Amino acid sequence: MNGRTLTTTLVTAVLLAAASGARAGTTLNTIKERGYVKCGVSDGLPGFSYTDEKGKFSGIDVDVCRAVAAAVFGDSTKVKFTPLTAKERFTALQTGEIDVLSRNSTWTSSRDSALGLNFTGVTYYDGQGFLVNKKLGVKSAKALDGATVCVQAGTTTELNLSDYFRAGKMKYTPITYDKSDESAKALEAGRCDVLTSDQSQLYAQRIKLAKPGDYIVLPEVISKEPLGPMVRHGDDDWFDIVKWTLFVMVDAEELGINSKNVEDMKKSTNPDVKRILGVEGDKGKDFGLANDWMAVVIKQVGNYGEIFDRNVGKGSDLQIERGLNALWSQGGLQYAPPVR
Amino acid sequence: MAEHTHTPVKPPFWNNPEIRAIAFQVIALAATVAFGYYLFENTQTNLRRLGIASGFDFLSSSSGFGILQSLIPYSETSSYGRVFWVALLNTLLVSALGIVLATLLGFIIGIARLSKNWLIAKLALAYIETFRNIPLLLQIFFWYFAVLRAVPSPRQSLSLGDVVFLNIRGLYLPAPQLQPGFGWVLTAFGLALVLVAILAHWSRRRQMETGQTFPALSASLALLLGLPLATFWLAGSPLVWQVPELRGFNFQGGLVIIPEMASLLLSLSIYTAAFIAEIVRAGIQAVSHGQTEASYSLGLNPTLTLRLIILPQALRVIIPPLTNQYLNLIKNSSLAAAIGYPDLVAAFAGTVLNQTGQAIECIAITMAVYLTISLLISLLMNAYNRRVALVER
Amino acid sequence: MTDAHPSRPDLPPASAIGAFGWLRRNLFSSPFNIALTGLASYLLYLTVPHVLHWALLDATWSGDSREACQANGGACWVFIRANFEQFMYGFYPEAQRWRVDTALLLLILGAAPLFVRTVPNKFKVRWGLGLLLVYPLVAFVLFKGDLFGLRAVDTSRWGGLLLTLVIAGVGMTAALPLGILLALGRRSQMPAIQTLCMTFIELWRGVPLITVLFMSSVMLPLFLPVGVNFDKLLRALIGVTLFQSAYMAEVVRGGLQAIPKGQFEAAAALGLGYWKTMALIVLPQALKLVIPGIVNTFIALFKDTSLVLIIGLFDLMNTVHNATTNPAWLGFSTEGYVFAAAVYWLFCFGMSRYSQNLEKRLHTGHKR
Repeated sequence: MNGRTLTTTLVTAVLLAAASGARAGTTLNTIKERGYVKCGVSDGLPGFSYTDEKGKFSGIDVDVCRAVAAAVFGDSTKVKFTPLTAKERFTALQTGEIDVLSRNSTWTSSRDSALGLNFTGVTYYDGQGFLVNKKLGVKSAKALDGATVCVQAGTTTELNLSDYFRAGKMKYTPITYDKSDESAKALEAGRCDVLTSDQSQLYAQRIKLAKPGDYIVLPEVISKEPLGPMVRHGDDDWFDIVKWTLFVMVDAEELGINSKNVEDMKKSTNPDVKRILGVEGDKGKDFGLANDWMAVVIKQVGNYGEIFDRNVGKGSDLQIERGLNALWSQGGLQYAPPVR
Repeated sequence: MAEHTHTPVKPPFWNNPEIRAIAFQVIALAATVAFGYYLFENTQTNLRRLGIASGFDFLSSSSGFGILQSLIPYSETSSYGRVFWVALLNTLLVSALGIVLATLLGFIIGIARLSKNWLIAKLALAYIETFRNIPLLLQIFFWYFAVLRAVPSPRQSLSLGDVVFLNIRGLYLPAPQLQPGFGWVLTAFGLALVLVAILAHWSRRRQMETGQTFPALSASLALLLGLPLATFWLAGSPLVWQVPELRGFNFQGGLVIIPEMASLLLSLSIYTAAFIAEIVRAGIQAVSHGQTEASYSLGLNPTLTLRLIILPQALRVIIPPLTNQYLNLIKNSSLAAAIGYPDLVAAFAGTVLNQTGQAIECIAITMAVYLTISLLISLLMNAYNRRVALVER
Repeated sequence: MTDAHPSRPDLPPASAIGAFGWLRRNLFSSPFNIALTGLASYLLYLTVPHVLHWALLDATWSGDSREACQANGGACWVFIRANFEQFMYGFYPEAQRWRVDTALLLLILGAAPLFVRTVPNKFKVRWGLGLLLVYPLVAFVLFKGDLFGLRAVDTSRWGGLLLTLVIAGVGMTAALPLGILLALGRRSQMPAIQTLCMTFIELWRGVPLITVLFMSSVMLPLFLPVGVNFDKLLRALIGVTLFQSAYMAEVVRGGLQAIPKGQFEAAAALGLGYWKTMALIVLPQALKLVIPGIVNTFIALFKDTSLVLIIGLFDLMNTVHNATTNPAWLGFSTEGYVFAAAVYWLFCFGMSRYSQNLEKRLHTGHKR
């Protein structure tokens, strides 16, 4: 052992001793040893990731984390949530502080490549829109020339906004905040005329305002914002697990399996249902998971439709239509490859 | 004992203080270098493993986002490098204004603290004890979220003679627009400056030689104001004011002080003034009372005593800690990030970092800028200190 | 009064003594002063009644929702009451909050002997050092749990005043020894050590804390080997400690410089080595001299803890700020900020008063 390696080893040893957890081998093994999945979520966005007064998390992004935990451990509670700001989210994933980032992040080419991260799928097809006060009398985003616009700093939203105004030869004044809450507060106080963000977020922000009825979402959608969870480059097995956790939930909805009827469905004669519920074949081994992991995910977290309705759809305060997020068979875009 | 005197035992080399010192330093240096190398290696490995881009090429690619306030021309097509300059200028602007305001306020409060008037002294004390014991960030939030958010919307602006407007988007002032003849006014001002310098030199020499004083201060002020004003009038008032007016969503034209900057400026100056006041008080108290008495017995009146005897001596004590406060103010201006004022930390170490993902480069540049400012000001102040330092005879 | 002793010209005239004399001397001694007094009184007349009405007379104290506050025009202290637990503990699980209370109680009991004047100083020093070593461990185990059958509470759930005190406490206890070492290094005879320490100190003092916190939150992870990562709170603590230790070092250096050379020479003459000289002769005197500076650094640190808001930790500041954005309690930001300001103020003012007190007591004939 030469001098350099010795020093390196010593320093590493010291740091390791102080660190909260070391990783050996693959992501899956590390997670199994640790006993829980570390999942990065948003720091406060109703419907996607939100903490109530008791500190309990809820939302679509949160349920994705729970589903991954259910897939790995057969127990959806074995997950630790780390609320992250837009600024911190990618570094946190890059450096292994979290295993999955499920924080309404838009799938773009640069994020998929230069950041060293992989998107595992789309949990919510979104698009950027505008929220304005009715009093302003604006009916279309085309009439926003000269407006003051609140936008979250360091997001794709910020870039789309500038593109949109530039393309329409309009002027605007951007007001940027780190937190979406602060943007909403600024809109309410009148610091800005318009709040721009992904439409789902606009609905979520609107119910947090004192008088939600005073505000409308303008019809224009100025961008494509496919939101989905991300993992690090370099571990394809882990990538597959997260990716297929999403697919399974969509497939389950398509096959009519939900958290309530999952036990009954195991008796089904449909080979597709049998495969997904682990009754037939050994779909667990390929992933390094328990054979019935898909059934557990559906049982403990639910299918995609249930998650959507519970958090942002009919069963929630947000009341967002399925729209693009309906199944492909019902005119939407949600389409998952078959379990086979 | 006898053997010792004949054959003195040489202490082993590891007990030799010089060798020990060298060994100790070599170890410390080696450890530092090793640690630095270790961090460098880790970073390299991490960047490579994660496929994160590195280097400073991103500075020339276009930013694609807007910035709230910019002192130089900036658009979405400008480069990240341009964002850096915009952000740096914003930091410098708020710091410079903050330093001026904090100094003024601090000196007033510091002198008030020593006032013979009980009420004034106690008020000054209350000011100091209140503001320096509350975190600056909290004060910024208070001004921004509690005070400046309570101001009316653009359509219900408070106005002063329909020229100055205050609303939630900011304080709108008329902007001076220079017309062609304004060059003469500037020339007149320059001329006045030269004349004042000559006058000051002449009056000092006359006082040295004959003992007669000349009201140089009031004469200089008259020159500095009178000459440019007269030229201004002669040149046919070559200046128009562009008054802001409500068009569409916002006021257009004129100068605007955005609330982000206003609250940052207010809290920075109020907070720092509390510290400056204490420094001023200590500085004045450091001048012994004998000096005042001696000055009075020489027949100087209180104003002259303060100007000629007390302040020059007090300043010597005041300047070094005052410099520290200025540095603190500049560093504290980085709290702008919390309320969205586009300063260096918010716009560059925040937005640019986030858009490019190049954390190391952005943070390193930001830190280097603050370090450079700190070192520059320290150097300047050291030079000044050397000049005013007590020359012992 | 004047009539009582008309034949005593040696006594001051009535106008110069008593309440009237005091007023005249202190408020109305000259036309300028009269004007100042008038102006100040007018200002007070304009502000004080408003503030009193808002904060006390028209304020709402009882109730449990914002509706309770609609009737009165003043402050809505109900907002503070409703969120008080959260301001103190953050998201710390309710059932486990007794652990925080216990830790606080232990701290008060443990520190009590230090404040009793009859306890001998020698014992105080030993007890204090012991407390400094043992208490953080005890508190950590109590807060974090996962040992002795205590349920584990993740650091991301620590919040409110608890978190503020944790950051300030760790920062203080870790920055002081580190600062002393750095100061000794900077005063060292060895050029390499001196340069290293000086560079370190100037580097940290030259940059704003916020960039240090940014660095610890987005850059530190890249510095660490693959698979090693620190808790978010721990990263912030490292940043805060390194930053404060540089300031502490400069304060301690001031004290070291004030120790006369004779003290070093006397120690050397007694045959004491470097560490013994420092520990037994120089540092006790130097530290005593710079107590005000040390406490000032503590106060600055205490105020600076509020900056962790920017990296998303829920300290007192962030908890209050967050509560003001709660839709159920919109429009009470002033109350929230005033409450937070009062808490910070109490701690900072208390510390500065205590240091003044200590300074007076420790004067053992250095001052002429």
